[in-house]
Amino acid sequence: MSLALSKGVVKRRGKVILGPVDLALNAPDITIILGPNGAGKTTLLRVLHGVERLSSGALTLSKPDAQARQEQAYVFQSPIMLRRTVRANLAYPLELIGTAKPVIAQRVETWAERIGLADALDRHAPRLSGGEKQKLALARALIREPDVLFLDEPCANLDGRSTREIETLLKDAHLRGTQIIMTTHDLGQARRMASDVVFLLGGKVHERGAAGRFFVTPETPEAQAFLNGDIIE
Amino acid sequence: MTDIWAGLEAAFWLIVTLDSDLVEITLRSLQVSVTALVFASLIALPFGTWLAIRRFRYRRTAIAVLNALMGLPPVVVGLIVYLLLSRSGPFGVFGLLFTPTAMIIAQVIIITPLIASITHQAMRELWAEYHDLLISLNTTKRQRIMTLIWDGRRALLTAALAGFGRAIGEVGAIMIVGGNIDHATRVLTTAIALETGKGDFALALGLGFVLIALALAVNILIHSLSRTEQEGRW
Amino acid sequence: MIRLAVLMWLALGGVAFAETMRLAVTTSFHNSGLSDVLLPVIKAEIGLEVQLLVVGTGQALRLGRAGDVDAILVHSKAAEDAFVAEGFAPYRREIMYNDFVLIGPAHDPAQLAQATSARDALKRIAAAKAPFISRGDESGTHKKELVLWDAAALEVSAFDPWYKAVGAGMGASLNTASAMGAYILADRASWLNFGNKTGLALLYAGDPALFNQYAYLPVNAVKHPHVNAAVAQALEAWLVSQNAADLINGYSINGERLFSFNAQN
Ligand SMILES: Nc1ncnc2c1ncn2[C@@H]1O[C@H](COP(=O)(O)OP(=O)(O)O)[C@@H](O)[C@H]1O
Ligand SMILES: [Mg+2]
Repeated sequence: MSLALSKGVVKRRGKVILGPVDLALNAPDITIILGPNGAGKTTLLRVLHGVERLSSGALTLSKPDAQARQEQAYVFQSPIMLRRTVRANLAYPLELIGTAKPVIAQRVETWAERIGLADALDRHAPRLSGGEKQKLALARALIREPDVLFLDEPCANLDGRSTREIETLLKDAHLRGTQIIMTTHDLGQARRMASDVVFLLGGKVHERGAAGRFFVTPETPEAQAFLNGDIIE
Repeated sequence: MTDIWAGLEAAFWLIVTLDSDLVEITLRSLQVSVTALVFASLIALPFGTWLAIRRFRYRRTAIAVLNALMGLPPVVVGLIVYLLLSRSGPFGVFGLLFTPTAMIIAQVIIITPLIASITHQAMRELWAEYHDLLISLNTTKRQRIMTLIWDGRRALLTAALAGFGRAIGEVGAIMIVGGNIDHATRVLTTAIALETGKGDFALALGLGFVLIALALAVNILIHSLSRTEQEGRW
Repeated sequence: MIRLAVLMWLALGGVAFAETMRLAVTTSFHNSGLSDVLLPVIKAEIGLEVQLLVVGTGQALRLGRAGDVDAILVHSKAAEDAFVAEGFAPYRREIMYNDFVLIGPAHDPAQLAQATSARDALKRIAAAKAPFISRGDESGTHKKELVLWDAAALEVSAFDPWYKAVGAGMGASLNTASAMGAYILADRASWLNFGNKTGLALLYAGDPALFNQYAYLPVNAVKHPHVNAAVAQALEAWLVSQNAADLINGYSINGERLFSFNAQN
């Protein structure tokens, strides 16, 4: 799916917090949105997914809106767990679209296996550990096999092992054809995952480029400083 | 202290001998309050949930009014219902005054705001928690409400139990609209008021203990029923 | 089990008795316990289920005015006459009387035991400024009390804090008097049936001024067509019968007779 934002602006209490942004994203990239805290990464991601309304500008999708939304999934920065079992959390997105019960059961098993929670299917999801919750949220997002997957700092509070597990799941999904758009401020993760980088600063796209080029020869001094680990803005 | 022991003793004998008057008024208490609870819940649970989800112009006003209604003195409710149902009031032709139906009407008015308010509170928290996920999953309005009601069912149960507690323990309104008629509209609380008036503290207290036991039993029963369905947690 | 519960539920909801009527009576009449004797006999003899609304005289009259009851049995002649004059009842029928008594703390600081009349007794209370509990609820007893103060040429509004209008029923007021060691006017029946006499004693009684006439007033079916005039009539006929006379005159507590039947036939 391709997503195009033209002159996208988001205002809060009269203040512009994002934009104007012109941005086109295409499959089958792994796009990483980089930038310091408060740059507008979360806002941009939510706008692209359609859960945040634009104050002005337009978002154009290559599919009809309703269908596009059905084929997108989003993993929030702090995972939202339904107050149900792990099994019920995994089944929920499929139940919403009326998937047949045996299919649901089988897919739930498969995904529980993949995220290492096969033995925890009947546990109460809000009581899982942080890493387990994040993996469950990811599996729940992938269980409908979305065209596009958005992730907001999916590994922000995780240790190395959980981070690696999640990155592996993401690469698998990408290989199976899911377009991935994620934010991070972990430069290591960006280098490992990205094929395409959007560098945000002060609510605007400050630099955009292929990962191979961006990490070696950033064009702007701010991106250069950010990559060096200097504190900007 | 001796009065309290005498009360306990009276309660004990009333219960072990299955005193027929006691059984009758206890069943009537349950009948009135459970019926009132069913009607109040049918109104208050969806309304409270709706109030939590919907943004509309006078939402804040509606919530303020709801909270104010929650503090409405039952006696005032009783008096208003009395005047409405009296033979010389607007609904007098139905002849409902001094019947269990009148008591149910008064109790529904008293507990609906309470249940709706607790529901709204709980549902608002749950909605804030679920909002982004449910929007992201492209749920329909119906799916959202069903999800909230299902996952908030324990909170809704608590709301309903709070309403039941208030209904079964209420005396001011049902005394006025029911009239405390023996074998017709006498319930535990009005019987307690009556015995207190007669200075028979032991019997009054005995009935009071029966009332407490009843409220406790209903709570425990409902909690244990809701707990068997999953590992117990709130 | 569930079926049984449902059956009981339905049974409670739709109690179907042969004939029922609603009678508003005063708290003091009900507290005397006489109704517990009369009602079962009425049901057995004329098949009438009398539903009692136990309220103060003021509310009983209101219930009658609104047509919410079929008849009232109260004891406040002036108010009853007004009720009849306004056309809410075709007439009042005197049934029986009992008497009021003055209750007070057993050590009797105002020396009521030596009083020569009801008037004298009240004057002693006022002179001693001894705590006095008034029903203060417009009930027949309250009205009687005001008439008595008036007869003693004393002004209630001029009384200091020792005079306390509690705005409650007879039992609750007696409870308050017991807790405060105060004097109080009560009907003899309520006093004898009262369960919490701690520290209280009957200190003065017997003055004819303290007599308390009960009257039966059927609600006027012309004003309120829905009232059950036939059963109200049937109850009245029973209340003035020899049978009723025997039961009323024979009713006693601890050997003390409470009511005197005086209906004219
Ligand atoms: N609800 C809001 N009200 C006001 N300002 C907001 C709100 N949400 C975000 N912002 C502001 O918008 C800017 C961008 O936020 P965000 O997109 O969360 O940044 P990032 O994810 O890059 O840290 C920040 O300055 C933030 O304070
Ligand atoms: Mg963010």
